Amino acid sequence: MAKPRRSAPAAAAAAADWPGISVQVPSPAPKRFYGHGIPGVDPRSLTGRLIVVEGADGSGRSTQIARLVHWLEGQGHPTVQVGLKRSTLVSEELERAQQGNILSRITLSLFYATDFADQLENVMLPALKSGFMVLADRYIYTLMARDLVRGMDEAWLRNLYDIAVVPDAVFYLQVPPEELIQRTFAKSHELDYWESGMDLGLSRDMFDSFIRYQRLVSDQFLRLQSIYNFTMLDGNRSVAELNEELRQRIESVLAAPPG
Amino acid sequence: MKTFAELGFPGRLIAVEGIDGSGKSTQIHLLQRWLEQLGLKVFLSAWNSSELVKSATSRGKKTHLLTPTTFSVIHATDFADRYERQLLPLLRAGYLVLCDRYIFTAFARDVVRGCPPAWVRGLYGFAALPDLTFFLRAHLETSLSRILNGREELKYFEAGMDLRLSTDPQESYRLFQGRLLEQYLAMSNEFKFHVLDAGQVVEAKQAVMRRLVADRIPLDRYLAPQAV
Repeated sequence: MAKPRRSAPAAAAAAADWPGISVQVPSPAPKRFYGHGIPGVDPRSLTGRLIVVEGADGSGRSTQIARLVHWLEGQGHPTVQVGLKRSTLVSEELERAQQGNILSRITLSLFYATDFADQLENVMLPALKSGFMVLADRYIYTLMARDLVRGMDEAWLRNLYDIAVVPDAVFYLQVPPEELIQRTFAKSHELDYWESGMDLGLSRDMFDSFIRYQRLVSDQFLRLQSIYNFTMLDGNRSVAELNEELRQRIESVLAAPPG
Repeated sequence: MKTFAELGFPGRLIAVEGIDGSGKSTQIHLLQRWLEQLGLKVFLSAWNSSELVKSATSRGKKTHLLTPTTFSVIHATDFADRYERQLLPLLRAGYLVLCDRYIFTAFARDVVRGCPPAWVRGLYGFAALPDLTFFLRAHLETSLSRILNGREELKYFEAGMDLRLSTDPQESYRLFQGRLLEQYLAMSNEFKFHVLDAGQVVEAKQAVMRRLVADRIPLDRYLAPQAV
């Protein structure tokens, strides 16, 4: 993937000098589940790495993940991506449900859990079993934070996500709501109904609702951080700078001995 | 977990549970007729979830895409949809709601598929318990022959084929239903099922059910408003 950047005297260079030629072989990193996990799956057989990037829309998640995939593959590591609403089972219906705002709270929450479980079993687990890097564009924490803001029971949510694999690293990209708005407008000139929390009735003014909702979600993330131990990263800087920090942190995840 | 009465709902929920072919639908239909003829506010909940949830569930079933975990969560989604959209509002409005199957069906089915009992119960933690639960205890062979004679073909998940108990659908169905029956019986005391012997004639069972309903529920509180 990664092509050598140098030009003329390439032929003269020793083979060992080509970038990416020495591929680091990561030691297997057996996983555990938050709870009972998936019936019949031994988490010790999941030897790949699960790396989660969390953050609001506009926090730069997708950009960072795209770069990380490029980089990881360049380093010779097989990589797959997962994210919300990407399951074969329910992504289409979830999309339609959001358009129409027709499902009640618990139903929508369980619908998202179905989407997660389907990707967990059909994408993440097989990949982790084969020793792949799995990059998750959001994970159970976003789903929990959104539901907690909507007043759902935390013990119920934690039981629901007992099926999830404990990631090797979780990075939360912190960007203040005011900055998120600027980035969103720079891209699409409109705010998303759900990302503005309009279903909560915080304010009829969408701008106001967006700011208040994003603060509530971010408060929940800070609380979840103390339970699940995420790495909080300042998302309010250049793409390259942030990516550099992510790479360094992922390198140490790859180098980490099992345990 | 509390019943609707304990939670202060004006309505009451009556559930009928049992394996396929135990005669649930017949009994609940007769119960509905009787309560309607008494002039009460009664509603029989059919399993009609919204179009969206149904479309996802049927795709999963058709393509055999479901694992025990996704099977469990997608059915919980389906139940939640019906619970929030239909059951809760009616129970708030003081209806007698009759349910052909309730959460115990999921408890039995998902546990037989290998999901941990505590997790499955937690999943349905948002649902209140019925005020009255009848369990029609069938003789396995009787229900099996009732179902197997009437059907040309058993559906994949219905026969528990995903459990790989047998490659023969009929044999798989037989083993699956047997395990479900065991799960139901194990829950019977904990959830205070009123166990009825499904082998009795229909009328005998119906008589017992009507008496229990009248004893446990102050039926005069559920009179429907006069037609205007």
